[in-house]
Amino acid sequence: MLVQKYYESERFVPDKEMDACGLFGVMHTGGVRFGGQMAIDAIKNMKVRGSGLGGGFAIYGLYPKYKDYYALHIIYQNKNLAAKKVVETFLKKHFYVVFDEEIPTNPDIRLFAPPLAWRYFVAPQKSGVEEDVPDDEYVISKVMYLNSEIEDAYVFSSGKDAGVFKGVGFPEEIADYFMLEQLYEGYIWTVHSRFPTNTPGWWGGAHPLSILDWTVVHNGEISSYGANRRFLEMHNYYCTLHTDTEVLAYAVDLLMRRQGLPIEVVAKILAPPMWEAIRYMSDNDKELYTALRMTYAPLLMNGPFTVIVAHHNEMIGLTDRIRLRPITAGAKGELVFLSSEEAAIHAVCPDLELAWTPPGGEPVVVRLHTKDHLQSLNKSI
Amino acid sequence: MNGFNVKFGFRDNFLDNLQPVDFLYHTRVSTNGCCASINALGLKHKELNDLLRETVLQGSTELVINNVFGQRYIGTRLFLPPEANKLHIEVNKFPGNDLGAFLNGHQIIVHGNAQDGVGNTMNSGEIIVHGRAGDVTAMSMRGGKIFIRDNVGYRTAIHMKEYREKVPVLVVGGTAQDFLGEYMAGGIVLLLGLNLQQGEPHRANYIGTGMHGGVIYLRGCLAEHQLGKEVGVLPPDDRDKANIDRYVREYCNHFGGNPDQILNERFQKLVPVSLRPYGQIYAY
Repeated sequence: MLVQKYYESERFVPDKEMDACGLFGVMHTGGVRFGGQMAIDAIKNMKVRGSGLGGGFAIYGLYPKYKDYYALHIIYQNKNLAAKKVVETFLKKHFYVVFDEEIPTNPDIRLFAPPLAWRYFVAPQKSGVEEDVPDDEYVISKVMYLNSEIEDAYVFSSGKDAGVFKGVGFPEEIADYFMLEQLYEGYIWTVHSRFPTNTPGWWGGAHPLSILDWTVVHNGEISSYGANRRFLEMHNYYCTLHTDTEVLAYAVDLLMRRQGLPIEVVAKILAPPMWEAIRYMSDNDKELYTALRMTYAPLLMNGPFTVIVAHHNEMIGLTDRIRLRPITAGAKGELVFLSSEEAAIHAVCPDLELAWTPPGGEPVVVRLHTKDHLQSLNKSI
Repeated sequence: MNGFNVKFGFRDNFLDNLQPVDFLYHTRVSTNGCCASINALGLKHKELNDLLRETVLQGSTELVINNVFGQRYIGTRLFLPPEANKLHIEVNKFPGNDLGAFLNGHQIIVHGNAQDGVGNTMNSGEIIVHGRAGDVTAMSMRGGKIFIRDNVGYRTAIHMKEYREKVPVLVVGGTAQDFLGEYMAGGIVLLLGLNLQQGEPHRANYIGTGMHGGVIYLRGCLAEHQLGKEVGVLPPDDRDKANIDRYVREYCNHFGGNPDQILNERFQKLVPVSLRPYGQIYAY
């Protein structure tokens, strides 16, 4: 008689629903650069929020020596050297590459299928019709080309004086792998611990998602992904990373950098007030919010989310309008924290002075050399 | 994608590399009679909850847990037989989500802020938080009492329920964020608004959306559009006043304050206008 044989799986995979991702961000509003210890310890504290299928860090003020050049962090899946060759030929043609090296990694840390990670410091080398294109637009178009046209090559980050380190593993393992604590300092650190539910856990799909110096870490699910993606494609942003968070990074770049809207307005585009709430606003606000909802309907992010968006000089925490994912802000002197869980802030900053939780859709904006983050305090609990 | 089996990289973040409970008991717990002091620094939530259970089984009934930073489910696994001693647990300082979930008769006192899901499906006992609490406080609570000194987050008392003599009570000293009492099916919620200025309305919108049982007593003012469609406002009757009086005094016993001064202000009573608000939508 044939008996079906059961093979025990190598790893224990509990078949229960568990938690969502963990987010943490810390910024020194005085612009003082510091090491990664707080970010790493805090995300470690929230270990149960991740599943070891993705972790990553974004650091600002990372490369002071090369701060005038775009820092491209590029990974080659399966350590595909042919892809590297193609990419480097492309870079040499379209950029001046002032320096490049392999991103140093610790060989003792074993991760799942690590790719080859390389960084290039480049300045645009424009020619022909592209000469009048602004630098940022030029870099974006080249990044989009690399991501969508060259197999096995993905640009993790492309900002000046900033960078993203991410991969498959718990975030503290990623930190060890890239030796973040020993090698780097920055004045903003954001970090993400991933618990992928709908999309695969792979190196490119880890957070932060990034374009130029914009980075996004995200907890939740953007159910309007399809609508958002189609809208962004009309503006030449192409989603290639198989994860919903990508649209947020591009939406923020479109609204804030290209269209120059302040984050306070952008927050109300991504997480607009309900029509019912608009009905009870003053006439002025009513007009503004109605116009925003009509104009930017395809950029409304539906579904539960908390994000920490960062770029130079700014770190922003925002939740969806009915706060289906948690966020807590904290402050001590010039250090400002954003976190999925309050305890993680206390764990890395025992003498925290303030902790507050903004209502859904209300951004906490942390700006360099200001106390703008306190503006959300009055509306919070 | 990439030919990878993505499950391959999965590790169990709950059960990997746990320290044995005997070892923890000998290194983390110091006892004095029935009192035990536990150092939770760096413990995973399963380790801490194992340790709590072990400490109780060894005979301690007064537990003080120090250096708590985000460990979840504290108090959950202390579901002891009915004849066992009820425990007194003090938490310093920052317990994680689902504090006192399924709590059965014990008293938990938190000297700090609590996170989301305090008293999730709690059965009986008492949780007293000297600080604020996060979202879904008292979610699905079915008995016992929760006192929060300051504010609470979204969806407080969501689907709280009652049955015969089991009536859960939640008292919040501050204000709440949106969806207070969402789908509430029973129990008593008191929202005191002590930290609001004179005439400042409560922060919550959509109060009592989908509410179909229980009662919310609210001190302070609010605009009508802050209420969900399923609740009506009534002045409290004598029985309500007795309830309010009792729980405000208990609140002041825990956190201080002058109960008479608090009781002097106007209270409103929010009750559901329908027993089955969505009966027409989903019944077929």
